[in-house]
Order: sequence, then structure tokens, then C-alpha cells
Amino acid sequence: MLKIENLHASIEDKSILKGLSLEVKAGEVHAIMGPNGAGKSTLANIIAGKEEYEVTEGNIQLNGEDIGELAPEERAHNGVFLSFQYPVEIPGVSVTNFIKTAINETRKAKGLEDMPAKDMLKMIREKSELLEIDRKFLSRSLNEGFSGGEKKRNEIFQMAMLAPKLAILDETDSGLDIDALRIVANGVNKLKSKDNAVIVITHYQRLLDYIVPDFVHVLHDGKIVKSGDASLALELEAKGYDWIKQELV
Amino acid sequence: MSKYTEEQLEQELKTQEYKYGFYTDIESETFAKGLNEDVVIAISKKKNEPQWMTDWRLEAFRVWKKMEEPEWANVHYEKPKFQDIAYYSAPKEKPKLNSLDEVDPELLDTFKRLGISLDEQKKLANVAVDIVMDSVSVATTFKKTLGEKGIIFMPISEAIQEHPELVRKYLGTVVPTTDNFYAALNSAVFSDGSFCYIPKGVRCPMELSTYFRINEGGTGQFERTLVVADKGSYVSYLEGCTAPSRDENQLHAAVVELIAMDDAEIKYSTVQNWYPGNKEGKGGVYNFVTKRGLCENNAKISWTQVETGSAVTWKYPSCILKGNNSVGEFYSIAVTNNYQQADTGTKMIHLGKNTKSTIISKGISAGHSQNSYRGLVQIGARAENARNFSQCDSLLMGNLCGAHTFPYIEVKNKTAQVEHEATTSKIGEEQLFYCNQRGIDTEKAIALIVNGFSKEVLNKLPMEFAVEAQKLLEISLEGSVG
Repeated sequence: MLKIENLHASIEDKSILKGLSLEVKAGEVHAIMGPNGAGKSTLANIIAGKEEYEVTEGNIQLNGEDIGELAPEERAHNGVFLSFQYPVEIPGVSVTNFIKTAINETRKAKGLEDMPAKDMLKMIREKSELLEIDRKFLSRSLNEGFSGGEKKRNEIFQMAMLAPKLAILDETDSGLDIDALRIVANGVNKLKSKDNAVIVITHYQRLLDYIVPDFVHVLHDGKIVKSGDASLALELEAKGYDWIKQELV
Repeated sequence: MSKYTEEQLEQELKTQEYKYGFYTDIESETFAKGLNEDVVIAISKKKNEPQWMTDWRLEAFRVWKKMEEPEWANVHYEKPKFQDIAYYSAPKEKPKLNSLDEVDPELLDTFKRLGISLDEQKKLANVAVDIVMDSVSVATTFKKTLGEKGIIFMPISEAIQEHPELVRKYLGTVVPTTDNFYAALNSAVFSDGSFCYIPKGVRCPMELSTYFRINEGGTGQFERTLVVADKGSYVSYLEGCTAPSRDENQLHAAVVELIAMDDAEIKYSTVQNWYPGNKEGKGGVYNFVTKRGLCENNAKISWTQVETGSAVTWKYPSCILKGNNSVGEFYSIAVTNNYQQADTGTKMIHLGKNTKSTIISKGISAGHSQNSYRGLVQIGARAENARNFSQCDSLLMGNLCGAHTFPYIEVKNKTAQVEHEATTSKIGEEQLFYCNQRGIDTEKAIALIVNGFSKEVLNKLPMEFAVEAQKLLEISLEGSVG
């Protein structure tokens, strides 16, 4: 599904990723952990195609195709979804209107007609139930005045609606209380299938109690320095990141 | 937001098409260029007007000749050469509307492209349409339905013939011939427009709508609209415009007068989409409009406008709150792109006691355009407990455009309460990336953000107009990034 080889990237001449390689296959859940400033969010943004980052070396392939030159919306059309750490507000645009636009623009890119209102209504009903989202919530302006938990739940709702091939959850657990965390994780688990893949970016092990990863990678100073199975996350939780740093010396 | 029903959700999910931009080739009769007293008289003769009307026009013309073109607006343009304009243009054939079969097929086609197929509208949309094609109204529908309620809705030229007493009584009472340069010019040479009268206590059962079009190259359009809502009546009036692309500047100087008598209410909505000129700022319509309404006791006038077109706009729909407890509202979206210039806003003149006014103005500037809000809130000495709330929001796209706010506040009564809020924002990279990441390209993302920004005003428009207006915003900002 996703193959990253020797990725180097910088922003305003500051080097952030320094030779990162990662392979994610369909049906897998990968967790990327690491201390603040390790480059976790940068990796997420680069996969999604944010333009302010400059890729200086290496490549990113999605299903065997190099996506390095694709615009962010083209990557989205190819099935890349990023659940943002800090979702932005768009005043006056309802959650419903936004997701409708996103779905229809994606369909348009694939040469499909707009989704009939009836089908979309049905899907909205299903997915909002899955994430225990109140109907009133859907009429509110996107992320405007949303609590931290509401923002994250809305991200996963959009993910459910768009059914991406590759979902990247960037610090989705931050700002969530335990109930919201359970609902969000439950939603992600239900959306998982053998045809899609999930990358969970997190600082803490907490989320991984609910979304159990097949692989855990530790990102440090722009590189993956250690990989393992779910037990690595527990070890990190117990020993802290300093343990990794010391091991590297 | 109190409730959000399934129907609302479904409504929001529906998508609709917008059709615009076409040119109709209908044989026209056009006067030779130039303006003098003979031309004014000829226009009046052509329309078979009574002597009082001819005299009224001539008086206006004499006033106009002594006036200077205003220069205070924040717009720069090459002044129209008034002797280079043909002041009258009318389709030669005037089809009668007893049956649609009698109408020029090409004209019918035009209606269809405007989305107002007449027979369809009769049945479905419940909208009466009085269409002004190049100055002369050629089609009026629903006259009968309206007639049963005693409502008069017809081209003003016909009203002058059929209801001279009403026209004579009210014409020029809100916007006098001497009001300003363009109003005087309009009074002298107006070719046609609409007249509407709602009798006492009648609630007009449908949205009244007029589609103005400019068709003949080089013809100025001087529309005249007069809406009179008698005591306790209600009317919602829609005015929408499209125009085909033109290389030379076209002058448009309309006058709209509204009269809301005691306890009456008038809603006047406009979607304006005249040719804004090309990307280099060449061509485009000059839109110099005078719109004003008068409110008697407990009356209410709401102006709602979506201005996306024209090269230069100079327009201040205003309310004179003469009666006690009267209410004036102004909701506006003005979009400028490329080299467009807009200087628009409102005047709320509070004269009566307990008068209230609300101003919500949303300015969106892109390209090299300049977008100015200019508004006057005036509280007279006798206007006890007058209230005003003004909100002016500007949204900027790129670094080359400008947004300006010129609020004027004059208060002569201590009990007045006047509030003014203003914000300026820019569409952010983070917002765009967020939309992009969801599969929405930048152009569409901007349309989405702009529509959200404008929502408060779009919500004030009647439903079918709101959809069209939303599409218009998108079209107007096409190519504004990149």
C-alpha cells in the first residue's frame, strides 16, 4: 500500500526527516511513536502532500505509484486521509455541507456523478450512529466552537464517510477523555478491513490499548530507530523515550 | 440553530446547476447616439406618455445638465461619454403574452437558459416574472393571479398608461429628480422598469421577480422601479441580472424607489452579475444605482444584495425610517475580482421614534480589485430610542486587492444606541490544505469558504435565489488563485 524509501525532508532549510523508510501493507495497523519534535506530524503532512515541506531525497509510493508530484487533493482522491491534530475551523460551512463537497469532489475526480442525496443521507445516518454523533452536530459550522473531543470525533466521522485506503491519525488521542477515546477507537476499528491500512501517530501508549497495532515504530531525529510489535509500545510506556535515546548512543 | 430536520439535511445535500452567460440576437430598434431635449421628448413620445410625464423628464434633464458627475467614491474609471450613448433600445416586435406561442422562439430559449421557462414557472415555482429585455418589457406573467388580489405588477411604461394616478403620486417621491447626477439622468431618459402596487392589507402570495438584461452593445440601461406597499401589506421582490460578454463599457444607472406605508413590509433582493470586464480590467458594466426606500409607521424594508458583477459599482440601497417603530435592514455580499471596483453600502436615516436598523455587509476581494463599504447611520434629533447595529466583514484573497470601510455615524439624539463591528480576515493556508486533504481542490475550497463567510446574508435570500447566488460566488472567484 504505502512504501517510503529513504525520505529526507526539510522546511525553510531546516532538515526534519533524515532518511526515513517505512512499508505499510493493506490490512495492517502501524503505530508511529516518538518524542516531541521527532518529525511525526511532519511525516503525516508530507504523506498528505503539504506544500511547505520540501522533499530533498527519497520517495513515497502509494500502491506502486510515486505520489511525490501529486497535489494534496489528488492524493486524497487516491485514498489518503489525514486526521488532523489541529483541525481548522471553517465558519459558516456545516459539517454536512463540507463532507458532501468532499465526497462529491472525490467522485468527480473519478468521473462519477454526485452521490444521490438519498444515499448520502443514509450513509450520514449510519456513520454518525457509529461514532455516536448527534444529528444537531452535523448542522454546526465545521470545527467552530467544537470541543477537543468533538473535533476528533468529526475527523473520524469524515474518515468513515470517505472510506480511505490509507488513514493517518495524527495525535487523534490528544484532547480526548476516556469515553471519547473509546468511541473514536471503536469507530476506527470498525472501519478497518483487509483492504485498507491505518497509521496511528501518537505520543502515548493509551490509544494503542484500543487500536491494537501490528507494528510499532519509534521515530527519533527524523528516522525510524526501532521497530517491533505491540509490546514495544508498552515497553516505551514503562521506560520512556530516554531509553531509546540512550540505546542509540 | 434550533432544529435540523431530515428535510433540511436533505435540502442541503441536493445540488443544483447554474446556467449563465449568453447573448440573445433579437432585432432591436435603437435611437441614434446622443442626448438633448429632443431625445428626451422622443423617448417620451415613443412610449406614448402623457404630457405630465414628458414634463417631468424634461425637468430632470434640465437639472442633470447643471450637475457634475460625483467623484467622492473610492473608484477610478474613465467617465462615460454621455453623448456617445444611445438612450433607447427596444426589441422591434412586442409579442403579447396571451399565449406563449406568440413569443419569439429565441426569446423563449433565453428564458429557458435563465432557468425561467414560463409555463414551468407558472406551475411549479410560484414566481411571477416581469422580464426586461433591453429596456422594454416583453413578457409579464401571473398578471391574472395577482390581479385577483388587486396587486399591480407591470412594466412601468404600462403603469404610466393604465394607472397614471398612482405613478404620478409616488414617482420621484423617495428619489427626487434632483437627488444626484445619475438619478437625474435616469429620470430624464428611463426606458422602462417595473411598477408594483400591493393594496391595503394584502400579502403578496408569490415572490415577484424581474430579470434585467443588457443586450444591445453600447446601449445604456436606465431602469426605473417603483414598489408601493399600501398599509399593512407585504411583498417580496427579486431582481436578478445576467449579461453577455461585452468589450466596451456599458453604463447602467437605475433608480429603485420603495414605499412602505404604515405596517407594510417590503423585502427587496438583488443578485447582480453583470459583465465585470476581462482579467485585464478591460470592458465591463458601470453600475451606478440609486436605491432608496421610505418607511412609514411600523413599516419595514429589507434590502438584500449579492453583487458579483460590473466593472465599477456605486450603489447604496438606503432606508428612510420616517415612521415611528419602523425597521430598515441591509444585507450585502459584494465580491470583486481581477480589476473590479465596488463602492457600496447603505444609508439608514432614522427620523421616527424607536426606529431600528441592521447592517450586515460582507466584502470579498480578490485579484487586483478594490472593495469599499460606505455606510451612513444618521439618527435625527427626534428619533428617540433609535437603534442601529452594523457589522462589516472583509475577506481578502491574495496580496494585491484592497478592502476599505468608510462608516459614517451622525447622532443627534442622546437616547440612540449605535454599534459598529468590523473584521478583516484572509483565507488561510491551513484552511486550504485541510480542504485539499479532503479531496477538495483549491478553487472549490475557496468557494466553500466564501460561501460560509457569506452565509448570514445568503440565508436572507429566498430559497431559489440563494442557490443561484451561491453558484455565482463560485463563478465570480474562479481563477482568483494560482
